[in-house]
Formats: sequence, C-alpha cells, structure tokens
Amino acid sequence: MLDLIIAKFNYWVYIVLMMIGLYAMIAKNNYIKKLIGMTIFQTAIMLFYVSIGAKQGATIPIIDHHGDGGDHGEAAEAVGHAVETAAHAAGSLDPDAYVNPLPHVLMLTAIVVGVATLGVAMAVVQKIHDQYGSIEEDEVLKRIKL
Amino acid sequence: MDIVQQAPILMILCPFLGAFAVSLAGLIQRRWCYPLTVLFTAGSAYAGLGTLIQVLRTEGGVIRYRMGGWEPPFGIEFRLDALNAAIALMVVVVALLVAIYSRQTVASETAGKEGHFYTLFLLLTVGVLGISMTGDAFNLYVFLEISSLSSYALIAMGRGRAAFSCFNYIIMGTIGASFYLLGVGYLYIKTGSLNMTDIARILQEHGLYSSNSVRIGFLFILIGVWIKMAFVPLHRWLPNAYTFAPSTTSCLVAPLMTKVSIYVMIRIMFSVFNPEFVFGVGPRSDLVVWLAVIAMMVGSFYALAKNKLKMMLAYLVIAEVGYMVGGAWLANATGLTGAIFHILADGLMTLALFLAAGAIYYKRKSYNIVATKGLFGKMPFTMGAFAIAALSMIGIPPTCGFFSKWYLISGGIEAGHWGFVVGLLTSSMVNAVLFFRILERAYFEKPELPYEPGRQGKNALNFVERKGVDEAPLTMLAPLWAASLGLVLLGVYSGVVIDFISRYVNSVGFQ
Repeated sequence: MLDLIIAKFNYWVYIVLMMIGLYAMIAKNNYIKKLIGMTIFQTAIMLFYVSIGAKQGATIPIIDHHGDGGDHGEAAEAVGHAVETAAHAAGSLDPDAYVNPLPHVLMLTAIVVGVATLGVAMAVVQKIHDQYGSIEEDEVLKRIKL
Repeated sequence: MDIVQQAPILMILCPFLGAFAVSLAGLIQRRWCYPLTVLFTAGSAYAGLGTLIQVLRTEGGVIRYRMGGWEPPFGIEFRLDALNAAIALMVVVVALLVAIYSRQTVASETAGKEGHFYTLFLLLTVGVLGISMTGDAFNLYVFLEISSLSSYALIAMGRGRAAFSCFNYIIMGTIGASFYLLGVGYLYIKTGSLNMTDIARILQEHGLYSSNSVRIGFLFILIGVWIKMAFVPLHRWLPNAYTFAPSTTSCLVAPLMTKVSIYVMIRIMFSVFNPEFVFGVGPRSDLVVWLAVIAMMVGSFYALAKNKLKMMLAYLVIAEVGYMVGGAWLANATGLTGAIFHILADGLMTLALFLAAGAIYYKRKSYNIVATKGLFGKMPFTMGAFAIAALSMIGIPPTCGFFSKWYLISGGIEAGHWGFVVGLLTSSMVNAVLFFRILERAYFEKPELPYEPGRQGKNALNFVERKGVDEAPLTMLAPLWAASLGLVLLGVYSGVVIDFISRYVNSVGFQ
C-alpha cells in the first residue's frame, strides 16, 4: 500500500487537489471561494498533465546540436561544436534522455483557458454583486425569491 | 492550390477574422457591426456549402485538411466526413440566420454593446464550428472552451437573473470541460497521440481496449460531454441560463451548444472507440438509455409545468438531448442514424422555436404564455412558422421531426428497449399537448394587452398597442421562415440526408 502511494505520488497529489477543488466549487457558499475551488481544480489537471511528461533522469527537451544544420547562424554553430562532443559521447539521439514536452505545451494552452475562464467568472460575480449587493449564494437566492 | 480545397479553413477563418473586424467596428462606428456580422457568417456559410460538396465528391467521403502541411499525428487537422460535414453546415446556417435576425433584438436588448455582442457572437460560431470539424482531441478542448467562454459572456448580458444563472453555468461548464481534458489525458498516457484517427489506430493495433486507463479516460470524456450537453441528471444549469439570456443569445446557443456536444459524444464513441468497446466494456448501455428516458420525461413534464415560453423551450431542449443520447446508446445502426439525423433536425427546430419566441417577445414584450392569446390575428406569419416548428417537434410528417423520430423508434424496437419507445412516444404526446395549448390560445382567443406586471424601462414607454396585424419586421420573419421551410425540406428530402448519414453509420461497424 505504501509502495503504491510513494510510487504514484504525483497522481495522488493531483487527485487530492482535484477533490479539494471540486468540494469548494460545490459546497462553498461564497462565489469567490467557488472560483478559488475552480482554479485549484484546473491546476490539479495541469499538474497531472505535466507529471505524465516527466521521466526519471531526463533533461529538458532541447536537442543537442549535431552540426549538420545548414541554416543556423555562426554563433549557434560555434556553440554546437562545443556541445557536439558531449552529444556524441551520449550516443545518438535518445528519446529516454528528454522529458516529453508535449503535455507541457498543452498545459500552456490550458493555463490561458483557465485565466480567461476566471476573468469571465470574476466579471459575472461583479455583476451579481452590483445586482444583489452580495456574493454569498444563500443571500443572493433570498433576494431572488423576494 | 485550388481555392475550393481551402473551403474547410475558410469556413472557420471567416467568422474568426470577422470577430476582429467587428470589434474594431464597434469602436469606430457601431452601425457597421450588424452588416459585417451578416457578411462574415454568409461567407462562412458559402464555404460550408463548398465543403459539403467537396465531401460528397471525394472518394471515400473524407476530407483531411492539414494545418501548415504537417502530417496528422504531429500537426492538427480538420477531418470532415459524412458525420460532421452536414453538422458543420448546419452550424453556419444557424449562425447566418441568427445573424440576420439579430438586427432589432440586439439593438433593443443590448443597446450600446453591439460591438461586444457581435464579436462574441462570431467567436461562439468559431468555437462551435471548430468542435464540429477538428480531428484532434486536444484541439477540440480548446474550441470547446472558446465556444463556452463566449456563451458565458453572451448569456451574462441578459437581464434579471442572467448573471446568477450564468455563474452556475460557468461552474458546471468548467467542470465538464475539465473532465473532458482529463479523459483526453488518460488516452494520451496510453496511446501517446492526440489525433482521433491515430488514437483509434493505436488502440486497435495494440489491443488497448482492456486497459483500465483507457476505460477511465472514456468515462471521464463521457461525463464531461454529458455535463456540457445538460444530460439528466447533470442538466440543472441549462433552463435558467437559456431563459434569462438575451433572446438573440438563446437563439444561437440553444440550437448549437447541446447538439455539438452530442456530436462530440458520437465522435468519441464510434470514431475513436468502436461499438464493441463502448457497449461491451463501457457503462451498461441500457442504463444510459434509461437515463435518456428519464431526461425525456423530466424535460417534457417540466416544460408542461412552465408558463414562460422560453423556459418551456429550454426544458424541451433537455428532452431532446434525451432522444439523441438514447438513440446513440441503443447500440444499433438504426438508432444511431436517427440520433445523427435528429442532431440536424433538432438544431433547426430549436432554432425556429427560439426565433419565434424572440419575435413574440420583441412585439409583445413578454415571454408569458398568456401573451400568445390571439396572436394568429396579430402576428400571422410568426405564428405560422411557429406552428410548423411545433408540428415538427411533435413529429408530424412531412416535417423532419417525424422522420428522425421514426428512425429512433425503429432503433428502439430493434434493440428491444421498450422503455425508450414508450418514453419517446409519451414525450411526443406531451409535446403535442404543450404546443396545441399555445396554438389554441393563439388561434381562438382574443388578444390581450401585453401582459407583464410592473414592467418598466424605456421599452414600456415606447409600447403602443396597435390595431390589426402587428407583425415582426422582415429581418426577423425571413430567417424564421427560412428555418421553418428548412424543416419541411429536410423532411421531404430526408431520404437523401439519411443516405449520406448512413455512409458514416455503415463505416462504424455494428454487428
């Protein structure tokens, strides 16, 4: 059991965060707290995505220069030569040596989406506040019923 | 390169670039917003027609449009086949009709905000079109959020409880989209791909159907789209959000958002996965069909209990979602054909009904059913079109509602799911009661003065009751009649459309 928790630590963290977020979105009475829950919920999913791209002992996904690219600038070529030896020492291109960049890139988009959603939601909360003078759900409901 | 081959991308670029143009026009000269919106949606509809013709002419009936020439698993592609070419065309046609219709309603309900309104209008069109065309699972999420964000803002522009109901919609919508994203993540872990066709291929080749991650991913995606389409019991956000939105918004959002979510469900079920997996390993299909039956009952009977025209229509949308989800989960080709045909039919029916409701509101300043008293005398053209849409909703030939229900019921009988058959018939009966109650009032009773206690604001001062015919303006009537005649045409030519749809259904591979 302990092994299961430690080996899949990242997934446990994402599940716990997600549940916290979901709880806040559904159970909290205050609109801003609901939005905080929403942000936690979205962030949990981002953490999940980022962690599936990670590998043990892998480095950032920038391919070492092999000196065969014709369209690079001279400066880049100079740097390339310096790195080339290291690259050759490590053997040819090894996908295991790099983390998977795709999930990270996807999450950049998801972050933008999350920010936009939060912005729209905040504007709506402000409108609710203007209309009913409160951001507590039960008070707003009371005022609607009146 | 031939311009015709660029039709799929032009279809989405037209409203996208239009959104920029309109937001600029909103700053300079607000009068330009309306014609620009009509122009750009018309361009998109033209490209949509071109796309459909291209799909019809292509061998195999599949167009794959690659962005920037990147090969599909690495690049994003638009993939149009017999399932979504017609749906994409329906989306642009709805957008065009609502754009034409919006002239007076936008000016009267969201005065001074035309620039913002039309920008969001076009962005919503972009999002929904993108959902219906993309062949990439993550790209679909992005388009889903583009359309949802614009619909949140459009709904919140309404009066009364709009902001309050919009907030609930934001919370539910975000949960739905996040679940979809999570599901895609699980599929990505297993397959390492985001392209739908590629995922399907990898799942098949490596026999990943028995993997728990894949099953969980499928379930998460299902829950996500069910929330987005307001499938019972996740439907609570919908009626208020659609009722309190400005009338143009509900005309645009009601026909598009739920139908497109159903399209996504069908796409994931049958293009990414296959019937064997969905009905063998997924949730038990008869349970989902029973949920669909509950959706029909809840939608229809709540609609019967409402005395606000728009609220009633919003509950009918929930019932219609039940028809389509049920049809797709009947696990046979006939039911799926019915469900896909009903996406097109219901898109137009909902459009016509909401357009008519908006026209009635524009003239009578009330959504209450009492306000429809004697309306055949006051607004004969509006009510005529409303009656055609109502007949289609009940399912009377030659309107298309009859043919889609025919296929759905045949599918139910074929599957031996009598609950679904009885549920659908009952729901149709309730629809009949519902609409004849309105039509009877509108035909036989004397018109009343506009009914709305405590009405205030500048609209009330401008309102002068006129004798005789007091019809909505032509820009509202023309789209309304186009939608109603479309219902009849879709019914008369249902054979052609069904033939086209069955190309996709046959490729799914039911046993």
